[in-house]
Amino acid sequence: MVDLWSGLVQAFWLVATLDSELVEIAMRSLRVSLSALGIASIIAMPLAALLAVKRFRWRRFVIAVLNALMGLPPVVVGLVVYVFLSRSGPLGVFGLLFTPTAMVIAQVIIVVPLIASISHQALRDLWEEYHDLLISLNVTQWQKIHTLLWDARRALLTAALAGFGRAIGEVGAIMVVGGNIDHATRVLTTAIALETGKGDFALALALGFVLIALAISVSLTIHWLSRTEREAKW
Amino acid sequence: MVSGLFPVVLNGAATARRGQILVGPVDLTLNGGGVCVVIGPNGSGKTSLLRMMHGAARLTHGSIDWACPTPQARRAQAFVFQRPVMLRRTVRENLAYPLRIRGARRREALKTAGDWAERVGLGGMLDRQAPVLSGGEQQKLALARALIIEPELLFLDEPCASLDGRAMREIEEILVTAREHGTRLILSTHDMGQARRMADEVAFLLHGKVHEFGPAAEFFTRPGTPQARAFINGEIVE
Repeated sequence: MVDLWSGLVQAFWLVATLDSELVEIAMRSLRVSLSALGIASIIAMPLAALLAVKRFRWRRFVIAVLNALMGLPPVVVGLVVYVFLSRSGPLGVFGLLFTPTAMVIAQVIIVVPLIASISHQALRDLWEEYHDLLISLNVTQWQKIHTLLWDARRALLTAALAGFGRAIGEVGAIMVVGGNIDHATRVLTTAIALETGKGDFALALALGFVLIALAISVSLTIHWLSRTEREAKW
Repeated sequence: MVSGLFPVVLNGAATARRGQILVGPVDLTLNGGGVCVVIGPNGSGKTSLLRMMHGAARLTHGSIDWACPTPQARRAQAFVFQRPVMLRRTVRENLAYPLRIRGARRREALKTAGDWAERVGLGGMLDRQAPVLSGGEQQKLALARALIIEPELLFLDEPCASLDGRAMREIEEILVTAREHGTRLILSTHDMGQARRMADEVAFLLHGKVHEFGPAAEFFTRPGTPQARAFINGEIVE
């Protein structure tokens, strides 16, 4: 209990005084996870729409694989990305290991299946509803996808938020590929892991509270910007 | 409106799903103009016939020949479903959608949408979300959305199936206006009153086949087959 309380007090002071190191770490967390979210959404959502409207031989298989990959262990993803980006790896020449870019890459891989699966679920239901009309109107494949993505945007937002939640709270992969280097690749989760390891529970807890607050405020901001829950039905 | 669709000739046309024939084989020739009402008991293939002609159900046997190439023919048609499909958008955007699909500019499409909303009596609801409209309003919206592309041929699959008298009258008024503007209507219904009010021609379907086809006046006064006579009299035909 003492730890929890002193953690709260310390968190309050860290935030109230805008501690420069905390701000730097929090901003890096946000930047890495939001970049990963943006890139993952651009990949996952059209993919989900395509899986909803197009019938091809491997469709079921791809969907099953995507669903399975939702539970991808981050630390394994981190390891694979590490191997690819390391000096001797196939992408070693780019020198990306232990940079925020490497962390973004790892998070994109983790988040894409999650966003794609949730989006696919929503888009499939909407496609069932729209199918007859869109077929009757002779829409092209591209118009179908565009219509579905636009009209399901609120469900897609939920998918994106789930992806963001997974990315911002993720530690295994970014620890491996980022290395938790001070002023370079240290983010909230890796800092928490470090402080916990050092036994500084109060600071670790303080960082934890900041992380939770950050996740909630991003979610609220997105909801507010997109005005969900305001109109009558969805 | 160019008149290039008719006559349409169905030659042994049938649609099947998983080996089971839904409707057909149908031999039928339809000319332009007027309302063709498709009647018949449940499961006789009314919906399947309409969908097959429209191209929404796959033609598995025979042929359907329009007077113009099929892709062009399909662009000149629209379809109103028994249960209207509402896009999760406003009434205005629902109406503009078919025009936008065909490459109309947004501003013009929205303006035309406003005009059509007035015509079907939805003028005050342009900014309402379509899925929250009442059943009658949704069907009127679906009808306006079908007519907005000024189709030469409009299919209606039991458009008034779950509507009350007033909504039905409003829909029929819109349909009569469309007919006067030269749109060919093919309307399936199980409401004999509606069939009598609307029909210029009648196609009586039984067991997936066209049992009887002819001018409405003749069909209703002197049906050619005992089954048709029984159906008109409201008896149960199996």
